[in-house]
Amino acid sequence: MALIELRGVSKIYHLGGEEIRALDNVDLDINGGEFISIIGPSGSGKSTLMHILGCLDSPTKGSIKLDGTEIASASTRDLARIRNEKIGFVFQFFNLLPKLNVLQNVELPLVYAGCGSRERRERAMEALRLVEMDNRAKHRPMQLSGGQQQRAAIARALVNRPKIVFADEPTGNLDSHTGETILKLFHDLSRKGSTIALVTHDPEIAAVTPRKIEIRDGKIAKNVDAKLAGQLDGPKFAVGNQPG
Amino acid sequence: MHLINAILVGLKEIWANKFRSMLTMLGIILGVSSLVAMSALVKGMENGMKEALIAIGGLEKVRVEEQDIPVWQQHLADQAVGTTMNDVHALIRSAPLITMVVPEMRTRNITMTRGGKSISPWNFIGTWPNAVELNQHVVAHGRMFNALDDENARNVCVIGTAVRDALFGSPEQIGREVIPVGEFVNINNQRFKIIGMFEHYESDQDKKRRELQTAKPPEPKGTGPERSRGYGSMGSKGGSRSMGGFVFDLKNNSVYIPLNTMWLRFRAASGTSGTGTGGFGGRSSSSSSSGSGSTAEFVPDPRLSTLSVKIADIDKMDEALQQAKNVMLHTHKGIEDFSFRTQENWSEGITQAISNARMSGGIIAAISLLVGGIGIMNIMLASITERVREIGIRKAIGATFFDVFTQILVESVVIAILGGVAGLFTSNMLVKLLIILSPTENTPVITVESMFLAFAFSVAVGILAGLFPALKAAKLNPIQALRYE
Repeated sequence: MALIELRGVSKIYHLGGEEIRALDNVDLDINGGEFISIIGPSGSGKSTLMHILGCLDSPTKGSIKLDGTEIASASTRDLARIRNEKIGFVFQFFNLLPKLNVLQNVELPLVYAGCGSRERRERAMEALRLVEMDNRAKHRPMQLSGGQQQRAAIARALVNRPKIVFADEPTGNLDSHTGETILKLFHDLSRKGSTIALVTHDPEIAAVTPRKIEIRDGKIAKNVDAKLAGQLDGPKFAVGNQPG
Repeated sequence: MHLINAILVGLKEIWANKFRSMLTMLGIILGVSSLVAMSALVKGMENGMKEALIAIGGLEKVRVEEQDIPVWQQHLADQAVGTTMNDVHALIRSAPLITMVVPEMRTRNITMTRGGKSISPWNFIGTWPNAVELNQHVVAHGRMFNALDDENARNVCVIGTAVRDALFGSPEQIGREVIPVGEFVNINNQRFKIIGMFEHYESDQDKKRRELQTAKPPEPKGTGPERSRGYGSMGSKGGSRSMGGFVFDLKNNSVYIPLNTMWLRFRAASGTSGTGTGGFGGRSSSSSSSGSGSTAEFVPDPRLSTLSVKIADIDKMDEALQQAKNVMLHTHKGIEDFSFRTQENWSEGITQAISNARMSGGIIAAISLLVGGIGIMNIMLASITERVREIGIRKAIGATFFDVFTQILVESVVIAILGGVAGLFTSNMLVKLLIILSPTENTPVITVESMFLAFAFSVAVGILAGLFPALKAAKLNPIQALRYE
């Protein structure tokens, strides 16, 4: 069974009497351990798809099963819990809380999960080690470079050991070199078993993922799995394997 | 999220915006301290008035006063005799609900002299020995005159400390307390023996202060020659005693002599002639003014100045007064030329005044707390608008409606609690300031209840002020909040 199953999912907005189908009858399966990209131009509905997949929003129609649980009609309270336990988010603008240090930022999902402070600290440090940011734990976000902030944000997304991590234009606010190291980090994490979905408008970024889902006008235009097609053996990086 | 966590987050947020939070708290601080100070003031008033009420004889004391004859009895005016000893005896015989009857004859224009010093006491009263009990006097030195002294109309008197101070010098002036029992004084040129002295009456506050001062070494006298400092300085040099406590001053400034002595020596005659100190315009004064102070020729004026009675039971005040009225209407031939004055009116007046003061003070303090609450709400609304993105992030990573709601509410309550605690400290200082400024008999007293009330009120204001911003924050849509710039 797939990790996420979308069946006939539509999201319809009404703007001034006009009906806008941000998502139109989408069917999609995402399996555990996959590294996928959701690609499409702005206004295509990819953000809406990510919001619905990420339990930030509910669809107008259709059914979504996450890890075997139907979430299309879940309450906001349940959605918050699912976001907390099963989903990690990485944003374009990092979205770290400026008043907290890196460690506290990473601990935050665990605070809402109700973990004890010792466990929080240990798991947060573990996540920071994973992104090689454990030596910056006491820094404020403003004292870090963009790449470092994004690593911290990734650590925050990983700290609750989510079923899937959504990254919304994670390199959009970084220079190309740093962007590549971040993509490399995602790839490493994917190899270690995380399920990761990159949302982007940039085909070059999408090119690093084995599977690409292209959205156009609220519909899935292409759904290409390189592994199945045998086109791709591994990711292609312009730069070598140096971290940071 | 645990509550302790939420409180810590709230404290951190407040600390991050120190200046803003402090300004916000100021509203609560002022509200709380004004509430506490106001209730302390009212409590002080209440204490002062209660003390005074006890000092003038408590609720059981009722005075029978002369009253203008009612219009429909005007034609009987010449039959009206006023309050006399007949009433006293009739009341004692026929009014069982009245336990004590004390006749009083007062005379103004009295001058007491000794050596070169003189005083005109405010209360120069001829009465029965039981007046001591009714008027809550305590004879500290010597004795009260007794029935025998009265029977024989002896020239004896019992004086208050203010009279002693004027004639013999106050303890502050002389350095030791003069107890003039056994001394003689002239009262309108008649020799009287002082057989007793009342204790010094003062409010608790004055007493404390005086004791505190006697513990200290005596201060050097003021500069310049010794002089009277004008009205109000009687018996007190160097401001050792407060100007307040009128009731106590009045009591200290009393001289009691036997009723018969008063009647014979001062009512019947104008005293010794030639000195001009008497001047009492009684019906008989001119005819006997050539006498030499003896009691040989007089036509006594039988009227009493006042008649004080003590009723047996406050709960039966109406019945007792009705009884007294019936008896007195009989002795007054049905002419209603008297009325009753109870302390009840006074006591009710006090209660009313206090509740009015409490009400208006409470309303003002409540309004200032309310304004403080509005300040909190305002700042919380500004704060959440500033933090829309933060709230979006928190929601995206799993904060529920309740988590965000609690966080904002806790912040608001924490501000209110900190403000409340600071307000309690401020109120203590404020009340200390008021103690210095206010008359001593009404010294403000901080009550624990008022502090609890003010604190609880400030917390309630914090909760109320936080509800709306918290609700607004918690209802934010995470997607829109994340997009918010």
